[in-house]
Amino acid sequence: MRSPPTEPGEAARPHSWLRQAFLTALAAPAVRFLTGMDVVGRERLPRTGPAIIAANHASHMDAFMLLSLFPAKTLAKVRPVAAADYFLANPAISWVSLNLIGISPISRKVKRGEDVLAPARRALERGEIILVFPEGTRGSGQGMGDLKGGVARLAEAWPAAPVIPIWIQGADRVLPKGARTPVPMNCTALVGEPLVWEEGQDRPGFTAALRERLEALAASAPPQKWS
Amino acid sequence: MSDLLTAGLGEVRPPLLWGFAGLAVVLVVASLAVLFLQKTKPDRDWTELRLRVQSWWGMIAVVALALALGWAAITVLFAAVSFVALREILSLAPLRREDRLIVLWAYLTVPLTYGLVALDQYRIYLVAIPVWFFLVTPFLMAIAGQTRAYLATVATITWAVIVCVFNLAVLPLLMKVPAEEAPAGAAGLVFLLLLTTEANDVFQFLCGKAFGRRKILPTVSPNKTWEGFVGGWILTAAAFWLLAPVFTPLSVWQAAVMAALLPVAGFAGDVTMSAVKRDLGVKDTSRLIPGHGGLLDRIDSLTFTAPLFFHLVAYYALTPY
Repeated sequence: MRSPPTEPGEAARPHSWLRQAFLTALAAPAVRFLTGMDVVGRERLPRTGPAIIAANHASHMDAFMLLSLFPAKTLAKVRPVAAADYFLANPAISWVSLNLIGISPISRKVKRGEDVLAPARRALERGEIILVFPEGTRGSGQGMGDLKGGVARLAEAWPAAPVIPIWIQGADRVLPKGARTPVPMNCTALVGEPLVWEEGQDRPGFTAALRERLEALAASAPPQKWS
Repeated sequence: MSDLLTAGLGEVRPPLLWGFAGLAVVLVVASLAVLFLQKTKPDRDWTELRLRVQSWWGMIAVVALALALGWAAITVLFAAVSFVALREILSLAPLRREDRLIVLWAYLTVPLTYGLVALDQYRIYLVAIPVWFFLVTPFLMAIAGQTRAYLATVATITWAVIVCVFNLAVLPLLMKVPAEEAPAGAAGLVFLLLLTTEANDVFQFLCGKAFGRRKILPTVSPNKTWEGFVGGWILTAAAFWLLAPVFTPLSVWQAAVMAALLPVAGFAGDVTMSAVKRDLGVKDTSRLIPGHGGLLDRIDSLTFTAPLFFHLVAYYALTPY
């Protein structure tokens, strides 16, 4: 079931100069100030799409941290997949989400027959790099919640797109769920080896393998003594 | 206020130019040595060494530029250094969730301290952290209501602020010394402090590599040896004593006292931070400086040598302090 190729807020918006200026001149320096932004395995980041970045999620900082990993010329191709119910909640947030952050909205409440992954799949078709938080929501920062199956379904539908796991350490201390004041604390993004969908693989197995990679990255992250 | 307005290009005197020219020669030799090693022993990985030398180029360039621009630039540079170092240590140290806003409060000591220095409030600077921050912070943490690990956390935060902020703010204080009080100007004092501190690190490392046999503190810093410490001490003390008449107003004997103490302070800072890192279970405090580790890894000895250098020179020879 294919949705029409152009939906509101989907197509060419992220390529605007305004978003580019916002992300490189404002968001990236702010991320550096707040997190120090240490990166392990930067060479494993994809330079071109299609690719899927799958990261743990504990803070609104996460998307900005992931976006700050990419050089300006790649940035136009990078799209965070974000919950429509939250990021399109009112006109102001929606404008910022679509025009400055350049999200690809995803519905978290599935209506019967609706293909919620269609916009993400079309982004891959356009050769974009999509940022996905497979937990589906922000966690407490203590480990990871259950991973939803969307990444496996996208990988199956678009096997040319490698899935790159990234563990973000420390974002929950900078800006935990529910907090309003960010506090500068060093964070580390650990980029893992890409996972590639193989013919005949099953989706739960793929999701489990992704979880395993993320947990291995978490284990190698610098210690965080926060109690 | 008048010097706030005239803060602009500082005066760069010949000894400073010679100093940086000398450093450039050392770096060119080091860079060529790395190229030579890569050519002759390509089977070994020289990336770490190459990055380390490249980072030295960057750090020395930044310091040279700030010294040329004058005290305002040095104030901004070391305020940034204090902030990043404090962020490194507070991110690794054991803290409680309730301390999140206390950490934000601790960062405020950076603009506060450097602001007092910029405004020539030396006497207030002297008490702002050791008296007032030490009183207010435990009180704020008591109000926050979490008593678990309270005392240990108070100690962690206050010590981090002393080391990273209070101790490093003497660099802009030195930079504001009137030009006629030091033979190569204020910038010469800062230059000599930074040069001998970092040279001590390098000399101790190289002497340890070349002659190291007997471990000096195996439980804290297993790679440090007596030979490295003594060799570094001799070379640094000699270098300091020879350069002191060019850059400082110290007499021969005063310079000898400083020459004897400064390498010991550098070693102490290095070992103290090693104990902290060992306790926290990390090798480096971050990955900010390629080939070196974190900023705190690079400036650990400076957090001890800077107050020693400043207070001893001030005691012997500086009228404003």
